[in-house]
Amino acid sequence: MDAAAPMTLPADWRDFLALTKPRVMSLVVFTGLCGMLAAPVTINPVLGFVAILCIAVGAGAAGALNQWYEADLDAKMRRTAARPLPAGRMDRQSALHFGVGLSVFSVLLMGLAINVLAAAILAGSILFYVLIYTVWLKRRTPQNIVIGGAAGAFPPLIGWVAATGDVALLPVLLFALIFLWTPPHFWALALFVKTDYANAGVPMLPVVSGERTTRTQIGLYTIPMIACAIAPWPLGLTGAIYGVVAVATSIVFALFALDVATRTTQSEDAMRPEKRLFAYSILYLFILFGALVADRWL
Amino acid sequence: MDDPRTQADAVRKRQRARATVMAWILGGLVVLFFAVTIVKIQAGMGR
Repeated sequence: MDAAAPMTLPADWRDFLALTKPRVMSLVVFTGLCGMLAAPVTINPVLGFVAILCIAVGAGAAGALNQWYEADLDAKMRRTAARPLPAGRMDRQSALHFGVGLSVFSVLLMGLAINVLAAAILAGSILFYVLIYTVWLKRRTPQNIVIGGAAGAFPPLIGWVAATGDVALLPVLLFALIFLWTPPHFWALALFVKTDYANAGVPMLPVVSGERTTRTQIGLYTIPMIACAIAPWPLGLTGAIYGVVAVATSIVFALFALDVATRTTQSEDAMRPEKRLFAYSILYLFILFGALVADRWL
Repeated sequence: MDDPRTQADAVRKRQRARATVMAWILGGLVVLFFAVTIVKIQAGMGR
């Protein structure tokens, strides 16, 4: 190598890890694991570990491909400007290769070690997140996260299918629960980071339709979401442990959502109810899925 | 980081760190694939 030629510093391994969005992955792993543990049949622990690994790696791959495609958008938002690509710590091609490599690896391993149906749903969830949400919807419509939310709803279904090899009503309800949970969760966030999304030109609902519509939509989506959360109990798919927890936590969610839906932003508003709903919505999902597993095993 | 030698050292250091992480991952996968094979063989024998 010519000593005078400028050398490019290769990306740090921690930057590759950051591409996988580890914090998002934790919720994906948790819901996938709960879907698997809530299934009526047990899976060998080694195979169970492999299935969860595949779900995690698949989610990481989707996150990496999302960041590869959105590097320009991430650079415009304070929340995402420090990510490896917009910060210039990694070239886009490395991110693309990393994302595609992880996708292929996770789907192949799931298919070979677990079952073809779980692998097919995993492949579908990665493609849905990258092509439908990231490439098609995100920059075009304020309904981006409504339809894109389906991508995040797949893990419990994949976990269940990994254990049973089949689709049933309970994992479909869990899918619907996360699908309907996504709009109030993200719109609560969008209400207090509105300027960031507006600067980047992302047509989030508060930017396009205004705050009033967003607040109303948060309230409206909460109703079917709560119905999906409680439904497994009266349908006889779970016991009282899950039922009581689902009713209690859903009442709190409804109260927080009602607060957000009925108020109006004041000048110098700290947006506390919106931040509270956003934080609680994450806790809500963790508690519900935890209760589902407790109900199955206790 | 204008000095070519310092630059080269930084590149080597980063390459070494990446290679170490990759080695751990590959080692983990070897163990995992071995365990999966054993489980699959046992499941086949149980039929």
